[in-house]
Amino acid sequence: MGDSKKNIDEISGVETTGHSWDGIQELNNPLPRWWLWTFYGCIAFAIGYAIYSPSIPLINGATQVISGYSRRADVAAELQAAIDANSDLVAQLAATDVADISKNADLERFAIAGGASSFKVYCSQCHGSGAQGGPGYPNLNDDAWLWGGSIDQIYTTLAHGVRYQQDEDTRLSEMPAFGRDGILDATQIKEVANYVRSFSGLDHDAALAKEGASIFADNCVACHGEDAKGNKDLGAPNLSDAVWLYGSTTDEIVSQIRNPKHGVMPAWMGRLGDVEVKKLAVYVHSLGGGE
Amino acid sequence: MFIPWVGVNDFMSISDEPLAPVHDVEPVNRRDKQRPLYTARKKIHPKRAEGTFRRFKWFVMAITLGIYYITPWLRWDRGDYAPDQAVLIDLVHRRFYFFFIEIWPQEFYYVAGMLVMAGIGLFLITSSVGRAWCGYTCPQTVWVDLFLVVERAVEGDRNKRIKLDQEPWSVSKVLKRVLKHSIWLLIAISTGGAWIFYFADAPTLAHEFLTGEAASVAYTTVAILTFTTYTLGGWMREQVCTYMCPWPRIQGAMLDEHSLTVTYNNWRGEPRSRHQKRSAEEGKAIGDCVDCNACVAVCPMGIDIRDGQQLECITCALCIDACDAVMDKVGRERGLISYATLADYNHNMRLAMPEGNTAIQPERVRKSDGTLSDSIKHTTIRSILRPRTIAYFLVWALIGLAMSYQLATRERLELNVLHDRNPLFVTLANGDIRNGYTLKVLNMMQEPRTVRVSISGLPGSEMSLPGTSGDTVTVFYIDVEPDKLKSQRVYVRAKPETLTDPVINFTFVVQDVFGSERATYEARFEAGDE
Repeated sequence: MGDSKKNIDEISGVETTGHSWDGIQELNNPLPRWWLWTFYGCIAFAIGYAIYSPSIPLINGATQVISGYSRRADVAAELQAAIDANSDLVAQLAATDVADISKNADLERFAIAGGASSFKVYCSQCHGSGAQGGPGYPNLNDDAWLWGGSIDQIYTTLAHGVRYQQDEDTRLSEMPAFGRDGILDATQIKEVANYVRSFSGLDHDAALAKEGASIFADNCVACHGEDAKGNKDLGAPNLSDAVWLYGSTTDEIVSQIRNPKHGVMPAWMGRLGDVEVKKLAVYVHSLGGGE
Repeated sequence: MFIPWVGVNDFMSISDEPLAPVHDVEPVNRRDKQRPLYTARKKIHPKRAEGTFRRFKWFVMAITLGIYYITPWLRWDRGDYAPDQAVLIDLVHRRFYFFFIEIWPQEFYYVAGMLVMAGIGLFLITSSVGRAWCGYTCPQTVWVDLFLVVERAVEGDRNKRIKLDQEPWSVSKVLKRVLKHSIWLLIAISTGGAWIFYFADAPTLAHEFLTGEAASVAYTTVAILTFTTYTLGGWMREQVCTYMCPWPRIQGAMLDEHSLTVTYNNWRGEPRSRHQKRSAEEGKAIGDCVDCNACVAVCPMGIDIRDGQQLECITCALCIDACDAVMDKVGRERGLISYATLADYNHNMRLAMPEGNTAIQPERVRKSDGTLSDSIKHTTIRSILRPRTIAYFLVWALIGLAMSYQLATRERLELNVLHDRNPLFVTLANGDIRNGYTLKVLNMMQEPRTVRVSISGLPGSEMSLPGTSGDTVTVFYIDVEPDKLKSQRVYVRAKPETLTDPVINFTFVVQDVFGSERATYEARFEAGDE
């Protein structure tokens, strides 16, 4: 121990560390016992814990001595548990006709929740995260439907898409390019555009619209109908309401008559399967405009 | 330092007999023999005390332990839709039941209010009667008392226990120790066991617990509380109060010179003398203290109250009982150790020890016939009535009254409304503007209710519900299950010509169909910038 080297503080009689700063010395009191035992306890716990749990990193993972705990496996198990917990509802969805889903409140809630989550992944890129749409992409919250807003019609649209060539049953229609193909000249197009605006009470040139009426009757009523209410079987939009997919200004309408744009929506049945498409149909139908 | 045990009788001699049996005991915290923190604890063997305060402590112990163990088993009928346990902290369903009160998580401010009351109650109790919490009701005090009862029953009182500690190991010593620790562990297990019953239906949980079907958290909780009870009550005891607990430090700051504390009245006790006859013969001044150490022997904290007020003293008042018994025996007035205020004590000290003197003159506090002088101030219970404590009490009572009023008149129907943000509004085919909302109706009663939902402040508007093919209504009804939240999507539509501002505030109203309760929520209608 080398007692001779011990520095003893005269006042307290306690050994000092031998360090001195401006004459101030540091007493070398032993640690309180409770502190020491807590310290030893922590060391013992740390050793035990390091052996019990994965702790030493190896190339592929960490040491697995006792517990074999793995967070990755935990997540996988939790995901599987969630899938298993819903398997009944999924089976019910598969067996239920899409129009009958809303008769079962639990099933409907499950379908809406699942549909909302699928919508964010597959649909929001075009229709927006709130299904609010945009120019050329229909707003799914409103009550104007190109191909019909009943749950069955929505389901069909989702399953087979719109103008989606790879699907044989896809919804198909095309408006002639009246200007580009020379069916109507520029004046005629301007006249009919003014006439179209008159259906929904928008400002228009009455004289031009009057001329446009006969052009409309000759060229447009086949699909849009005499009262311009459209035709959902053909995907022909209602021209008398307040909802305009490509805009309602005269210029926008002229442009759409001259050289129409046509939206394309993929068919989802092949990619997502029946249950997921049903969920999406129920969700879209629930957004407020479902018929 | 170690003192070999010496029997009481060894101090007695025929010629010079002390007035009372003398206990060989030394306080653990004596200043001049203060031991460093890293030395082992000096074991304390408190002797059993008898008297008023001991009886009061038994009573308090019975009440507090009774409350703790029995409360979860009390039943309270709340009808078919709620648990029938009188006090239940239902963490799973986020409800707190307390007899006729049910608290939802958003009403947690009642608990905050209770904590404020507890804080002010601490000020009130401490400034008036000192560390009463420590001495009588603190779980540490109560359980150590309980553990000591067991220790005394198994190993005997103080002297026998000291003897047993020093004996070499024998069959009987092992048996006694095993028996003592077994009973301690049993108490510890039932202490931890009682705790979990506050968090689930007690009879069900008891059955599950005993058959091994309870959740692992129940077993873990019981294990931890068993360990802490056994360790803190059986082994650590007074060290918890002296070294671990912040309470004594906080409480010390709240005492003032008018607070009741357990006090050794030097002014009549000193100079103490173990051999009073001899001292009298020698013409020395004699105080009332016969220096029998009874007060030290009974102290569960192992201190000597005659050293003055100390951090360690939990004011359990057992030394008062011990001293009063001795005073009775030697024919002096009780109260050599008593509850007294520092102000009264100082007054009496000035009387006994006039300015300039260094020694107490016991004859100055006594009349010629030997009774205590009339100018002695005796602390009475009236000392707790003073502006400070009355102010504390008023604040405490005011908060309590305000909370009770709030509790009695609180609404049991609540409405929250979430406005759709994406999209904020939708233009419909006929030009109407539509906004979507999610209503959350909270039925906080234990019975099913039907509420009528309407809107006001938005002229010409109509509501529609999802899944009803756009049928519009101005009023609709929803059923809300008992003690549940009901979520309901609602669409509100209005004609653009009625919408004067881009944003219009209006009100959702829910009204209990069969009762008078109603709740409202101020919502916004986004009309767009057209």
